[in-house]
Amino acid sequence: MALSSDFLPWPKEHAPGQFYTFPVGGSVADFGPITRTQNPMVVGTSVLGVKFAGGVAVAADMLGSYGSLARFRNISRVMRVNDYTVLACAGDYADYQYLHDIIEQMVRSKLNPLWNTILVGGYHDEESFLGYVDRIGLAYESPVVATGFGAFIALPLMRDAHEKNPNMSKDEALTLLERCLKILYYRDSRAFNRYEIAIVTKDGATILPPASCVTNWEIAHFVRNE
Amino acid sequence: MASVSAFELPRGGFCFDNCRRNGMLGAELAKHGAKLPKARKTGTTIAGLIFKDGVVLGADTRATEDTIVADKNCQKIHFIAPNIYCCGAGTAADTEITTQMISSNLELHSLSTGRKARVATACCMLKQMLFRYQGHIGASLVLGGVDISGPSLYSIHPHGSTDKLPFVTLGSGSLAAMAVFEDRYKINMEEEEAKALVRDAIASGIFNDLGSGSNIDICVITRDKIDYLRPYEEANKKGDRKGNYRNKAGTATILSEKIKPISFDILEETVQTMDTS
Amino acid sequence: MPTVMEDCVGAIQHRFSPYSFNGGTLLAFAGSDFALLAADSRLSEGFGIHNRNAARLHKLSESCVLACCGFQGDCLSLLRILEARVKMYKQTHQRPMTCPAIASLLSQLLYSHRFFPYYCYCLIAGLDSQGQGAVFSFDPVGSYERVPFSSLGSASAQLQPLLDSQLSSGVQLSASQAEQLARDVFVSAAERDVYTGDSVQVCLVSSVEVHRDSHSLRKD
Repeated sequence: MALSSDFLPWPKEHAPGQFYTFPVGGSVADFGPITRTQNPMVVGTSVLGVKFAGGVAVAADMLGSYGSLARFRNISRVMRVNDYTVLACAGDYADYQYLHDIIEQMVRSKLNPLWNTILVGGYHDEESFLGYVDRIGLAYESPVVATGFGAFIALPLMRDAHEKNPNMSKDEALTLLERCLKILYYRDSRAFNRYEIAIVTKDGATILPPASCVTNWEIAHFVRNE
Repeated sequence: MASVSAFELPRGGFCFDNCRRNGMLGAELAKHGAKLPKARKTGTTIAGLIFKDGVVLGADTRATEDTIVADKNCQKIHFIAPNIYCCGAGTAADTEITTQMISSNLELHSLSTGRKARVATACCMLKQMLFRYQGHIGASLVLGGVDISGPSLYSIHPHGSTDKLPFVTLGSGSLAAMAVFEDRYKINMEEEEAKALVRDAIASGIFNDLGSGSNIDICVITRDKIDYLRPYEEANKKGDRKGNYRNKAGTATILSEKIKPISFDILEETVQTMDTS
Repeated sequence: MPTVMEDCVGAIQHRFSPYSFNGGTLLAFAGSDFALLAADSRLSEGFGIHNRNAARLHKLSESCVLACCGFQGDCLSLLRILEARVKMYKQTHQRPMTCPAIASLLSQLLYSHRFFPYYCYCLIAGLDSQGQGAVFSFDPVGSYERVPFSSLGSASAQLQPLLDSQLSSGVQLSASQAEQLARDVFVSAAERDVYTGDSVQVCLVSSVEVHRDSHSLRKD
């Protein structure tokens, strides 16, 4: 009935009862030649999204990292797709630019990935939509979403805020996103304090002008290593 | 060679007798795609912060073995000295034994100096021990206490590096907990506010990190008292099962029964009156 | 000269893997005139929870429901193909596809991807052409079997022995007993399996309707 473990095509870590760890080493020959992104180059870090009463907002900072170098400090990672849809994108920036044309093809992996995680926000028939898609085809809808490092840092805060106030107003949602972006800037070494937020309501999709987090480093005076 | 005598007393310290054997076994097993068993690691959220009058430490109570919950209410805040406690994450045995060992060394130290133990001393002993073992003792610790120099809080990593900070989090849920601290930590908080903040940080780890779960334990250390609250809060109530899945009495049938009295003689009998005054 | 670290671990490479494991536990019982499915709603990856409200039970016809877990991306595309094929069958043959027929179709779909499999654990449950409850249990490459009850996914190793003991040969559950047992075993699974929790969705397939219900579980 069950597969013999010798013939599992996926790494052993992926079996139920085992935690998934990112594959390290191993041969590349298993799945034939690969043409698209194997190593992301210029990458954007986490993107966040939250639903509010009568709409949805997605946010991303404006940094493109080249390894540990903060290479591009003013690039936009949110995009207005049409009047009622916006999109924010984490991962390889070149792939994000290429993606405009082929969004529709993101179905099952052809082992030819675009190294991105995408949040889609929209508004249709009096209902807001917020969805998540990643490079292997994991996709879901949720009232709060965050990718990458944001899933560890920002998502707990956003979930908590959403649980306490499931019907938050637009202003409350924007304050929440700004709060999360600030904490990401504190704790994610690939994050930046300049960000963009896109919102969709019944009045259409807009990208707010870039803004900066107001940060507080007061605590630094109390850190002393003796 | 490995000693086979059960009568030989252990000499203290670690015994490395089986290292070479395990190395060879591991290599042999790897050829067949198998692995040696691993020590239990506790996916954990532990945190601590300094407030106006002292230190608050917090921990969840889940211990995991891979994806299985091994212990639903394990104790992760360990005693070091009457004024010092320590939260442990990482390999369960390592955190437990390391804190016990430092605790007794610290007690000897304070007996010989005739002074109350200092947090910095405990930190120093821990980091020196962990550094000596080059990370093979997988203990990540949050050490907090109040001593002559006031409240202090350290985080100690398995390789022996330490940080002295106003608030720290460690373990697999550390990011979720740290987000809460970064969001709401203030200098010179009152005790109740500090407890609530640590509670929220640990709860954030419990609900968002799969390695952390069950209850919230909190330990408040101030100059004149220790409040060890276990559990501080049961963050998760166990689900209510409607059915009864116990076996009925008599499910295992007794096929035969034989009772054999043990014969004995009474050699001496004394009756003592009880003191009932 | 190589450093000690390089000696130990070699060069670190990050390689694209088309698979991931998103947790989830499935369960199904076949009754005399009903079938019952249950699945939890936690979508997770590694140590994190993506979504607490994921759908794992998918209605394919008036008498057939699919439960699917494993890698959620593959579950989505498999479901999309299966739904399309069931619809095409109905339009071609002017009658709905029966539950055993859908099971056979799913097996062929899975086996056709034998060398790049869908990483999906599937259960199909519903009513057969005699109106009796039927459960079909699949492995990711299409081997399948009609069984009286089955559990798959991350907590299956804990659920299956319990089901074996409770449903030893010949025990026939009523629909409400089956629902209670399903809820109770999920309460237990959520206690011990980190990938199972948040809520359990229960789906009762009878000749009258496909009835859905949901109950909350631990969230830690």
